[in-house]
Amino acid sequence: MTGPRIIFYILAASIVVFSILSVTSRRILRAAIYLLFVLVAMAGLYYMMNFQFLAAVQLMLYAGGIVVLIIFSILLTSQIDSKLDPPKFSHLLGGVFTAVGGILLSTITLLQFVFKPSGIAAVGTDIRSVGRQLMDTNLVGYALPFEVISVLLLAALVGSIFIARKDRV
Amino acid sequence: MNLQSEIPLDYIVVLSAVVFFVGLLGVVIRRNLISMLMGIELMLNAVNINFAAFNHYLFPNRLEGHFFALIVMAIAAAEAAIAIALIINIYRRFATVSVDDVDELKY
Amino acid sequence: MDYSYTILILLTPVILFLLIGLLGDKIDKMHAGLLGTTGLFAITMLSYSTAFSYFSHGTVESFQSIEAFQIVWLQFTDNLIIHLGILLDPLSVMMLVVITTVSLMVHIYSLGYMKGEPGFSRYFAFLSLFTFSMLGLVVATNIFQMYLFWELVGVSSYLLIGFYYERPSAVAAAKKAFIVTRFADLGFLIGILLLSFYTNTFDFNTLTDVNGPAIAQPITNVFMGLSATTWAMLLIFMGGAGKSAMFPLHIWLPDAMEGPTPVSALIHAATMVVAGVYLVARLFPIYSFSSPDSLEVIAYVGSFTSLFAAVVACTQLDIKRVLAFSTLSQIGYMMVALGVSGYGGEAGLGYMASLFHLFTHAFFKALLFLGAGSVIHAVHSNLMTDMGGLKKYMPITHITFLIACLTIAGIPPLSGFFSKDEILVAAFEHNKIIFGVQWMVAGITAFYMFRLYFNIFWNNSPAYHHTPHESPATMTVPLVILAMLSISSGFVPFHEFVTSDGLPLTTEFHWMIAIPSVLVAMVGIGVAAVLYRNKNSRPESLALGMKSLYTLAYHKFYIDEVYLFITHKIIFGLISRPVAWFDRHIVDGILNLIGNTTVFFSGSIKKMQSGEVQWYIWYFTSGVLLLTLMILYFN
Repeated sequence: MTGPRIIFYILAASIVVFSILSVTSRRILRAAIYLLFVLVAMAGLYYMMNFQFLAAVQLMLYAGGIVVLIIFSILLTSQIDSKLDPPKFSHLLGGVFTAVGGILLSTITLLQFVFKPSGIAAVGTDIRSVGRQLMDTNLVGYALPFEVISVLLLAALVGSIFIARKDRV
Repeated sequence: MNLQSEIPLDYIVVLSAVVFFVGLLGVVIRRNLISMLMGIELMLNAVNINFAAFNHYLFPNRLEGHFFALIVMAIAAAEAAIAIALIINIYRRFATVSVDDVDELKY
Repeated sequence: MDYSYTILILLTPVILFLLIGLLGDKIDKMHAGLLGTTGLFAITMLSYSTAFSYFSHGTVESFQSIEAFQIVWLQFTDNLIIHLGILLDPLSVMMLVVITTVSLMVHIYSLGYMKGEPGFSRYFAFLSLFTFSMLGLVVATNIFQMYLFWELVGVSSYLLIGFYYERPSAVAAAKKAFIVTRFADLGFLIGILLLSFYTNTFDFNTLTDVNGPAIAQPITNVFMGLSATTWAMLLIFMGGAGKSAMFPLHIWLPDAMEGPTPVSALIHAATMVVAGVYLVARLFPIYSFSSPDSLEVIAYVGSFTSLFAAVVACTQLDIKRVLAFSTLSQIGYMMVALGVSGYGGEAGLGYMASLFHLFTHAFFKALLFLGAGSVIHAVHSNLMTDMGGLKKYMPITHITFLIACLTIAGIPPLSGFFSKDEILVAAFEHNKIIFGVQWMVAGITAFYMFRLYFNIFWNNSPAYHHTPHESPATMTVPLVILAMLSISSGFVPFHEFVTSDGLPLTTEFHWMIAIPSVLVAMVGIGVAAVLYRNKNSRPESLALGMKSLYTLAYHKFYIDEVYLFITHKIIFGLISRPVAWFDRHIVDGILNLIGNTTVFFSGSIKKMQSGEVQWYIWYFTSGVLLLTLMILYFN
């Protein structure tokens, strides 16, 4: 068993375990921390796929941004030591049924299908080439989505400030 | 590092499916708005894994999946910001973040 | 000769109506009344000048009808056009004079009679509306315009009968009048549509043209043994019978006396109720040439109504009801005269006599009503048992009332004598039975009018709460004017002006008919004098002697009860109630079933719309999974 394979299994196992823990934990702050672990493990997965930039963004944006935001809002809205209500039985039944069914269905379906790696020569995924492509306006460039996303982020910024303003309501 | 030669694509896609449905479970069973938000983040990340993996395994000559994942992250960030603004507002108004108490639009 | 100024005759009252109606609360009440009266005076003068110039410059030989004004009101298609206009011919000009004169008198009289009423300005607004409608009716150039104003007249009559709307009896009477006339107008409308369908025109000039489509081209369609024209004309007469209160549609008129007395004088004696006579006269050539059968019907209906109403009038105690039945009786006379008339020349005597009687009747009946109003004003009661011996308290009312009674009784040389005499002549030449009935009715008329007269002004006075006094000048002046008109209007050479074919008619005096009719009137007066001049027990014993007849007549032959029976028991009970039950239980039941089913099912599925996003997500994902499963594995 090679090193990368071991690392992948560790990462995959931690992703699955911590995501389940994050969903099932009745202490919401712990759930957030488990989520953080999942996200960090995913960053590792990206790193293993040679997407260093994506991994970095994942760490910064998710682990550093969104999770911190979620923890802030948890601290703002609930007591640390309070536990979440146990789920209603009907919800639990429906959720587990759908989740297990979905996992089984997709796993069986996916494992029947054989993906063949294409073996095409990979393009460079270092920061420089990613940056070039992100800003490129040519056929292989992604300047337009980049701009659209920046506009969206601006709108979200304005929107969230407007929604959360205190003197409204 | 090259994951292609080590791990079949199926494993990663199955992993992504598992994370997705676990996230869905989180959304369905929890009544707390923040917990639901975390479930949604899990589902988004599961999708991101798919994008990155397909890019890496099948079409490494282009970075489309990579950038799509990047854009999804940006959108997730925007969504999280808005959602948390809403949650804070709802908490201010109803003194709760449970969806059971915020159902004035039902029926 | 340009008659376009006659449009002012129509415009002025409608402007007055709007002005008084809208500003009634803003201006002083008396000013509103004076405004209405002054406006009406102007209209009256305009009508007189129209009449004068029409009859003096009209023509050498015969009077032509002139369309003084005509606009297109509604244009549906190239052929279906409805005009509004003013038609001047001897008939309409005569009616203009009658209506404006009586209306002016009533306006002046009302200034005194209605003084202090809360709805004083409203009253004058309605009077203006009525005058407008009635004038529009008589000058209508086409039958549709006539129908339009016909309904307006009905509405204003309704408003005026229900003037004392706090009194339930007045409200009921107004409703009754409106519904009965409206029911009759349904026939009128169907008749109009039938007639216009076959002749392709609404226009009176075309319709009554002797060579026009209505007369020269006989309609061959036959329905239930009668030609389409006869059906149309009978249905139109039904409308006329409703407005003119002919038997059996007369039941609304006695109740309409709930309105203020001047209104009764104007609407329910002189003008509106003769609209039916006017209608028949207006379409007379069609009746005469195309459907003589309908004329027979009109003659018999008129004759029966006059006899019936005269008998009822002998027993009534409410003086306004006596007058109402007397009006019925007199309109019956007019209908008889039309029914027995022919077209043109000597045969057209009945037509002329009918309108002559309409003309004179308007004045003396208005006078009677206004006189009765004056009496009611003095003693504050409608019942003749509360009156008596008033001749020393109210000399002017007494004299004018006496003149009116003599006029209606047909005593020469008062106007009623001439007009009634010509009707009798026309009836005699046509149908001896009808003549006999009308001759007898003349005697009964004299009897009940003088019964009324003696009971009010002679007899013993009951104990009055306060001494009755003569009415103010605003009320007595119209009485005097109308009395003079009642005396003199018989000398108008009517036969030279208003005839069936527009050509002057020569009439001769028929001693053989005049003398018996005067004699029977004298007998009627004599009997009334014996019975009622002084207090005695003869009327009671007479009533006891003819107990069944008296009771029948006193209860108006139970016609109202018959109507109630038919409407309540038969129509409401046997037809309406099952239909209503069917509607309420079957029709509504089906709809309720559909509604309740929907409510039930939506109630059971609304839980899905719980507002909980989790469930929506769950439904969505489960659906996707199911679809995937089906597409991939159960295909």
